[in-house]
Amino acid sequence: MKVIRYDQLQEQLFYERLNNGLDVYILPKKEFNKTYATFTTKYGSVDNCFTPYGKTSMKKVPDGIAHFLEHKLFEKEDGDVFQTFSKQGASANAFTSFTRTAYLFSSTTNVEENLETLLDFVQEPYFTEQTVEKEKGIIAQEIRMYDDNPDWRLYFGTIESMYHNHPVKIDIAGTVESISHITKDLLYECYETFYHPSNMLLFVTGPVDPLTTLEQIRNNQTKKTFRLPTEIERFQYEEPSHVAREKHVIEMNVQTSKCLVGIKAKHVYAKGKEKLKHECAMGLLLDYLFGKSSPHYERLYQQGLIDETFMVDYTEESDFGFGLIGGDTSQPDELAKEIERILVQFSDIDDEQVERMKRKKIGSFLRSLNSLEYIANQFTRYAFDEMSLFDVVRTLQSLTSDDIKAVARECFMREQLTVCQVVPKR
Amino acid sequence: MFQEEVKTIGGLRLHVIPTKKYKTNTLVLKMKAPLCEQDITMRALVPYVLQNATERHPSMKEFRTYLDELYGATLQVDLAKKGEHHVITIRMDVANEKFLGDTSPLLREALTLFSDMLFRPLTEQGGFSVTIVEQEKRALKQKIQSLFDDKMRYAQHRLIEEMYKGSPYALDVHGKLNDIDTIDAKRLYKHYEHMLKHDEIDLYIVGDVMLADVEHDVAERFSLEARPLRSTETTTLTKRTNVQEVIEKQDVKQGKLHLGYRTNTTYNDPDYDALQVWNGIFGGFAHSKLFMNVREKASLAYYAASRIESHQGMMMVMAGIEPSNYERALEIIHAQEEAMRNGQFSDQEIIQTKAVIRNQLLETVDTARGMIEVSYHNVIATRQRPLNEWLEGIEKVTREDVVRVGEKIELDTIYFLTEKEGEKK
Repeated sequence: MKVIRYDQLQEQLFYERLNNGLDVYILPKKEFNKTYATFTTKYGSVDNCFTPYGKTSMKKVPDGIAHFLEHKLFEKEDGDVFQTFSKQGASANAFTSFTRTAYLFSSTTNVEENLETLLDFVQEPYFTEQTVEKEKGIIAQEIRMYDDNPDWRLYFGTIESMYHNHPVKIDIAGTVESISHITKDLLYECYETFYHPSNMLLFVTGPVDPLTTLEQIRNNQTKKTFRLPTEIERFQYEEPSHVAREKHVIEMNVQTSKCLVGIKAKHVYAKGKEKLKHECAMGLLLDYLFGKSSPHYERLYQQGLIDETFMVDYTEESDFGFGLIGGDTSQPDELAKEIERILVQFSDIDDEQVERMKRKKIGSFLRSLNSLEYIANQFTRYAFDEMSLFDVVRTLQSLTSDDIKAVARECFMREQLTVCQVVPKR
Repeated sequence: MFQEEVKTIGGLRLHVIPTKKYKTNTLVLKMKAPLCEQDITMRALVPYVLQNATERHPSMKEFRTYLDELYGATLQVDLAKKGEHHVITIRMDVANEKFLGDTSPLLREALTLFSDMLFRPLTEQGGFSVTIVEQEKRALKQKIQSLFDDKMRYAQHRLIEEMYKGSPYALDVHGKLNDIDTIDAKRLYKHYEHMLKHDEIDLYIVGDVMLADVEHDVAERFSLEARPLRSTETTTLTKRTNVQEVIEKQDVKQGKLHLGYRTNTTYNDPDYDALQVWNGIFGGFAHSKLFMNVREKASLAYYAASRIESHQGMMMVMAGIEPSNYERALEIIHAQEEAMRNGQFSDQEIIQTKAVIRNQLLETVDTARGMIEVSYHNVIATRQRPLNEWLEGIEKVTREDVVRVGEKIELDTIYFLTEKEGEKK
């Protein structure tokens, strides 16, 4: 077991890689009532083509299967795992993102039992044709719910416009049509490939004793047998650096228009310190340009082009990265033009401005550490790309105005930008 | 649990909740007044105007730049209905300098900025800045209109509007679209002065501080005249003889089914704990009857849940379904309700539900926001009930209590937002 100390943050992180390859991290937080634990596999919606375990050739699986599998793991021969968790006073959940599927619980009592339940239910799949069929109706309603949600349509419309081939452009839940092709055998095939402990990470945070907790996890894993870990072969999509389409307009039953400008990152580092630096630099720059203290924000607000919903965000994971800027607006074309102009014409940022933005970013990072959910989920995301959440402050501090200008030169070009709008149906 | 120190300073009630859980300190101001059609739109506008600028930082850019310098202090406002009260919340959150290797007293600077915002806003000729007010009027219009675009929120709003037609609770917290143009900067400022004199105002400070550390700083910066407590009367709905059914058609793919019940029980009542347990068995959680039957057994929905409005005596059921499944979904929901009335729930369900409610309450107070919400219940309800008593209350609920509180629950309105005919995909 390794102990990593973060003196300035007054945190201690306990780490061990178990014999079966599972990475376990424990961050004690003794002031809190609850313990929050996530058990995550490095498997998400983008992993739609891979060599299944035991096979020799690549296979394409139906869109939405990672998310479908997440739903189905909760059902067991003797009933629903939600029932077990609630008997033990816990609240359980799960989510599927582009690159991860996470199972989690939080509880203020019976933490040991709940942790046992978490490890066991994720590691004991039970899929039948009948339960798979039943789930299709439920997930169809989940998809319909998003179909009627203009913000979700705008978000995916933008991503879809950025990518030619990369599966990040496909909705995480798939479509009602694509999930109709899912079978229990396909689920088992995905499960066998991606749910091996060596492809997973367990994070526990709360008022726990790290040594006892680690011992419990070790015992739980030793009781089970796993095959030897194998390297997972995922299909590498060829993706041009420019966007797939410049503009996309979605007509919907809404009263207020929405507009989002997407920035497709050209050069995405695969992992590690370089990647973290790239992400921090881009995040800082976009916040400098479009955050509430920026001259642009004030002007656009005064011109009535934006309102409180205006947001800016940058995501970088595995081999893709993109920025999103926009919100509700009465003039979607004007807003798109303004945002693109600000990006393309950007030329300079001075050291004083960089310092101010660093302060802001460091402060918000501290704030996010108030949340156990944030710590566990983000730590896992970073760890899967060989970065550390706790290096964020150091990385932010190291940024120079030259680093910032470099990311602008990389991404702020016409061919990297796309516009997506939701407008009222005529 | 959590400790809270309370001190009245003139017209301000200061609550300090000391805790070492967080890396930031949180300041939350709440202004409460009875829900009233005449002034709700002005109340909805005021906090958004205030967060733009102060005398000292007279533009959005200057104001926000100063927040950045305070290590990215955040400032947010929101509006809520708590029973027949309108509550404005202004929240500021600032890093605790001890994690920064910086020695400037950030909390004190945040308090100064907060009081500047309230007592020294940017004004001109006896009113707020005209430019800011006009800008915020436009933003408010857009906000009210956008409610229509979020179908889940829209359906919830429409249910309440139909169920409480003609009574204050039917009002939207953001006010009325048609009233916005009648408001000008001077009239709004006058109303704000009135609010400062008459609203019930609470300031919460949550973080690694004690009352003694901040009391003086607060007293120096927040001077509000003492005010008499307003008595609150709630409108009683006349009993409906038949359940009201409202069907609205729009271009949507999923139907939104929302049911409104009168629980005839609020946070003030001794059987409120039993109501929480009733709701928990019925639809509050993923082990509840609604989730198990509407979703897991019949595969009709992704979400199917119920929740109670603590201070209004209302319960809502919501489910997103295929438009053609309206009758089937209603039938299943009614059957669960019937089962609850007949006491068809196991002791296991009671124990399970109590455990989850207890967990939920304890988790709530792991966030600064949650601690404030738990404490603020006691302001709204004018009764003091520390969290440990609440937890004990839940523990003591018996099967008989659950059945008894259920007898008071009446279905009032069924609202269904569904697709237009002939638009089947």
